[in-house]
Amino acid sequence: MKYPDSNGHYGQFGGRFVPETLMTLLLDLEKEFNKAMKDPSFRKEFAFYLREYAGRPTGLYHAARLSQTLKTLKVYLKREDLLHTGAHKVNNTLGQILLARRMKKTRVIAETGAGQHGVATAAVCALFGLKCVVYMGAEDVERQSLNVARMRLMGAQVIPVVSGSKTLKDAMNEAIRDWVTNVKDTFYIIGTVAGPHPYPAMVREFQSVIGIEARKQFLAREKKLPDILLACVGGGSNAMGLFYPFLDDTQVKFIGVEAAGHGLHTKAHSAALCKGGVGVLHGTKSRLLQDADGQVQLAHSISAGLDYPGVGPEHAHYKATGRATYVAITDKEALVAAQLLARTEGIIPALESAHALAYLPKLARKVKAPTTVLVCLSGRGDKDMNTIKEHLFHE
Amino acid sequence: MNRIDHKFIQLRSSGKKAFIAFLTAGDPDLAATEQLVLAFERAGVDIVEIGVPFSDPLADGPTIQAASYRSLQKGTTLAAILELVTRIRRKSDIPLALMTYYNPVFNFGEEKFAVQAAAAGVDGIIIPDLPLEEAGPWRAFAAREGLATVFFLAPTTGPERAAAVASASTGFIYFVSIAGITGARQAVPSEIKAKISLAKTLTDKPLCVGFGVATPAQAHAMAQIADGVIVGSAIVKEININAKAKDLPQRMQRFVAGLVRAVKR
Repeated sequence: MKYPDSNGHYGQFGGRFVPETLMTLLLDLEKEFNKAMKDPSFRKEFAFYLREYAGRPTGLYHAARLSQTLKTLKVYLKREDLLHTGAHKVNNTLGQILLARRMKKTRVIAETGAGQHGVATAAVCALFGLKCVVYMGAEDVERQSLNVARMRLMGAQVIPVVSGSKTLKDAMNEAIRDWVTNVKDTFYIIGTVAGPHPYPAMVREFQSVIGIEARKQFLAREKKLPDILLACVGGGSNAMGLFYPFLDDTQVKFIGVEAAGHGLHTKAHSAALCKGGVGVLHGTKSRLLQDADGQVQLAHSISAGLDYPGVGPEHAHYKATGRATYVAITDKEALVAAQLLARTEGIIPALESAHALAYLPKLARKVKAPTTVLVCLSGRGDKDMNTIKEHLFHE
Repeated sequence: MNRIDHKFIQLRSSGKKAFIAFLTAGDPDLAATEQLVLAFERAGVDIVEIGVPFSDPLADGPTIQAASYRSLQKGTTLAAILELVTRIRRKSDIPLALMTYYNPVFNFGEEKFAVQAAAAGVDGIIIPDLPLEEAGPWRAFAAREGLATVFFLAPTTGPERAAAVASASTGFIYFVSIAGITGARQAVPSEIKAKISLAKTLTDKPLCVGFGVATPAQAHAMAQIADGVIVGSAIVKEININAKAKDLPQRMQRFVAGLVRAVKR
């Protein structure tokens, strides 16, 4: 069966857990999204902007020197890091802003943690001349000042969120509060495969271009499908974008890599799938870091893009059905992996993507040569240079 | 009979409107909440809504967010709130509704929560992030235990959906005055009158207006068009201002009595 069902459920996960004020809006959005997907002119327009503005298709690069160090693995990198604004996020913001235009919305809001989704939203708002408001935890505004400046340069208003933990989860709360207050003219561009239905399905659709391209490219190169797909999972949009087009290729294994932060034995991690329980946050039922009373706990990761206590509901469903396996990588392991890719290939990965790369040596020890792995290199590391300097060069 | 239903029958037969007061459980602490509920009863409040604090209260404005945060810092849990209700029930028969986000209920276990809430003496449950589409299992448990489940009508709710919400809601219908979050506002929108008239053609269940109602004047105006008026943030704010006062319950009794008078006048 194809998920989600008509109420946005992926098995026991997903759904629409939102205030009544938003329900009509979500039902309208779903209708409009389904209509757009059946409209060749929408698909044509989306493909046009992906190609001409974002820079698609991205390359599928055989990382030969990296593979040599791993012995049993032949590694291919899907180069989402080469996209405009520096990560896969722009695939989704382009798709959603085209929908916003169809729905005649004049104002766009977004939440952002590291600022990558905020930057990708600010860019497409500038492209189409829509007013853009980005909610960002006050703490993240401090940590990611360069991305804040980028968003402002492109005309977005960045609102620091001082409630709660002052990070991504609170930015999302505040964006939802804005949305519920300004339903008439405002479109909420959610950055990942989470939130209430139809967002997980919609973001999956717009990010699927990653897997669709990668599948064709890999087949052309290797004349077969990859053995394993590997991607980092915060909310899970780059992983879903890569995995979904391979869903029916049951011989292809999916591995999602969460952030183990200081370690899964500590409280400082973001591994909602590996360690979380079932719960409801930000309009969807999924796995979630929470205490015994159902209060949401704070996540931690060195990578701000993975620093979220929830995860997309379809990932929770893949875990429940065994379609995908989820593992976790610590802050330190991710830093080592970033260094390894930089030195073997001359590519500096985002720390999010470095979590996926960090699983390669562990995987290499478990499999026989030659095993082919397709890794989603979801973003570039420019934004993380301050963190990398601090941790690797002790500056 | 459920105390909320009984209350509305009484009010209707005497031609009066309901005043519903909200407060966040555990702010400033659970002992104070107990005293405050009893003080509200003395002030003439018809129904008390006890708010269960949640880490991510996305339907709430800054006042109730802050109260939830303070309460959680004190370690308030859903189980402790049910014990609080048990204690209140020894002293009072005032209709009580718990207002809670869905995750604490889901985590507690929907069936277990319905059973224990009813046993403690809760009369109704209001879950702002549980729309009709997701409420199937909960409604069955609540109905079995004799708990009312209050659903919301929002300014964005279309006629077809409104009919479904009105038919599912028990106890009363929570009419959201304005698209937005909880919190005091300068003015309550004028189009609300037409919307309530429309809703009245769909149902004869009590319609109570909340969100943004803060002053006695606003409460009075709403009482002219609806069956009841709900005030939350204005009360929560006043509790916080007086949180350290030894005579907090007396002060709040006076404050709330002003709102009650405005509604009954």
